[in-house]
Amino acid sequence: MISRIVAIALAALALVPFALPSQSLVSLAFLAVVAALLGTGWNIAGGFGGLTSFGHAIFFGVGAYATALLQARHGLSPWLGLPVGAMLGGLIGWLIGVAAFRAGLRGSYFALVTLAFAEAFRVIANSLDYTGGGLGILIPLRPGLSSFQFADRRTSYALALALLAVALAVSAWLRRSRFGARLAAVRESEDAARALGIEPLHVKAAALALSGAITATGGVLYTQTYLYIDPTIAFGPERSVEMLLVAMVGGAGTVLGPLLGALVLQGITEGSRALSTTPGVAPMLYGLVLLAVVGLLPGGIVRLLRGRAA
Amino acid sequence: MSALLRVEGLSKRFGGLLAVRDVTLEVQEGGIVALIGPNGAGKTTSFAAIAGFVRPDAGRVSFAGTDVTGWATPRIAALGMVRTFQITQPFAGLTVAENIRVGAFLHTASPARAMEQARAIGTTLGLASFLERPAAALTVAGRKRLELARALATRPRLLLLDEVMAGLNPSEVDEIVALLRTIVSSGVAVLMIEHLMQAVAALASHVYVLSEGALIAQGPPAAIARDPAVVEAYLGHGAAATLANA
Repeated sequence: MISRIVAIALAALALVPFALPSQSLVSLAFLAVVAALLGTGWNIAGGFGGLTSFGHAIFFGVGAYATALLQARHGLSPWLGLPVGAMLGGLIGWLIGVAAFRAGLRGSYFALVTLAFAEAFRVIANSLDYTGGGLGILIPLRPGLSSFQFADRRTSYALALALLAVALAVSAWLRRSRFGARLAAVRESEDAARALGIEPLHVKAAALALSGAITATGGVLYTQTYLYIDPTIAFGPERSVEMLLVAMVGGAGTVLGPLLGALVLQGITEGSRALSTTPGVAPMLYGLVLLAVVGLLPGGIVRLLRGRAA
Repeated sequence: MSALLRVEGLSKRFGGLLAVRDVTLEVQEGGIVALIGPNGAGKTTSFAAIAGFVRPDAGRVSFAGTDVTGWATPRIAALGMVRTFQITQPFAGLTVAENIRVGAFLHTASPARAMEQARAIGTTLGLASFLERPAAALTVAGRKRLELARALATRPRLLLLDEVMAGLNPSEVDEIVALLRTIVSSGVAVLMIEHLMQAVAALASHVYVLSEGALIAQGPPAAIARDPAVVEAYLGHGAAATLANA
């Protein structure tokens, strides 16, 4: 059931660029799909695992910088960025998980620690020559398949969609696999999980690693599309908040939630911009709509779909 | 015949309070043993120390011939000793069947096989009509059954049951007593903490009595009920003499 809905949604999204008349509209659709990808990454730890992170920009930034540094500093193929970025994201997720969960952090304390880690990464990226300091890294424009740069936004869009499909497949797997069941058990009661032979520390660290790896692929894609990354874009708190909003507005802990959340939030952003060009009005409208959604649909937009999909 | 569970000289201190003092007990393979005592006697702490939830300060716990003292709970559970909680801990966001399946996943990675086992165990424990309902919707009696079902799904050799009868009405108690008989007859040993003497007398072959952290008596249920030390532990100093004179 759920995999069918996901397949239909992806097929519909795949047709979007052919229906859109301009590259700029395709760019918006690209941003929505990347937001869905990041939100789906966040959702694996924050939704399915209940590990609410306020610092997922860590993983986005690690992916973004990984691919940028491989090219700009080491002259390696940017295609390496995807596996290297994902592996680094996973490794850092696992390390942060082991450190935080071994210390017994949970709930808002865990959220604050992730926020602090993201800020630490931002400061480090800001101060090292290796990462280009506050100026960031500019990747020379060389459109072509071998340089992982595409003149046509549609190609980037297709790639984003492919990565989103992988992320959604991982989410769907979490819903039915043993690992997913254990993650849900640990989310609901660690003591009961322990009594049934589950080691919560391992499960939570693995979930954060998986979540970090998927989120990092979004960062890689971002760098390869905009060919520029700096510490604030990579590790800034706005990035972290965007991911958790996408997942929570759509429906945290559901497969389709982040995708729905990304589409709706992107729509609200553009819609409020179109309604008013006066500075400050668009964010206010955005905030109001957000309040309405969260207030009226505490379980997320996905609740509107009802049934098993939720 | 060697014991399935052997606890020797178990002690656990919380700050200045010696919650469990030098407790020694045994459960035979396939046996059903009760641990009773007034509130605050240290029964639940003993359980926690046996099952690895807290590290004992002194003593040894050996299970199935292995010294498991100080082991982490998940490892002990994997070896076949699984506890339930006095205050039930359902995975509230999951359905009843999904709850039980978490236990079944201990021995199989296959979601289909785990679900099949979960449904079978849920049905045996009278939860058939609740399998697809959220665990949060269960009544107290339902939650107690769910605790039992989840633990059984791990295919334990020994169940540590912490007051599975508490909060149940008499007919529900009778049903659980019957269920426990079935469970034990399938070869699972049980160590139960229980306040309800009716249930203890009906089930247990051997009873240990804990008071203020220490064992004060042990024996078959009928003898325990007449033991003056036990009567005094429950009713206060001098109670046994008063009752005898009355």
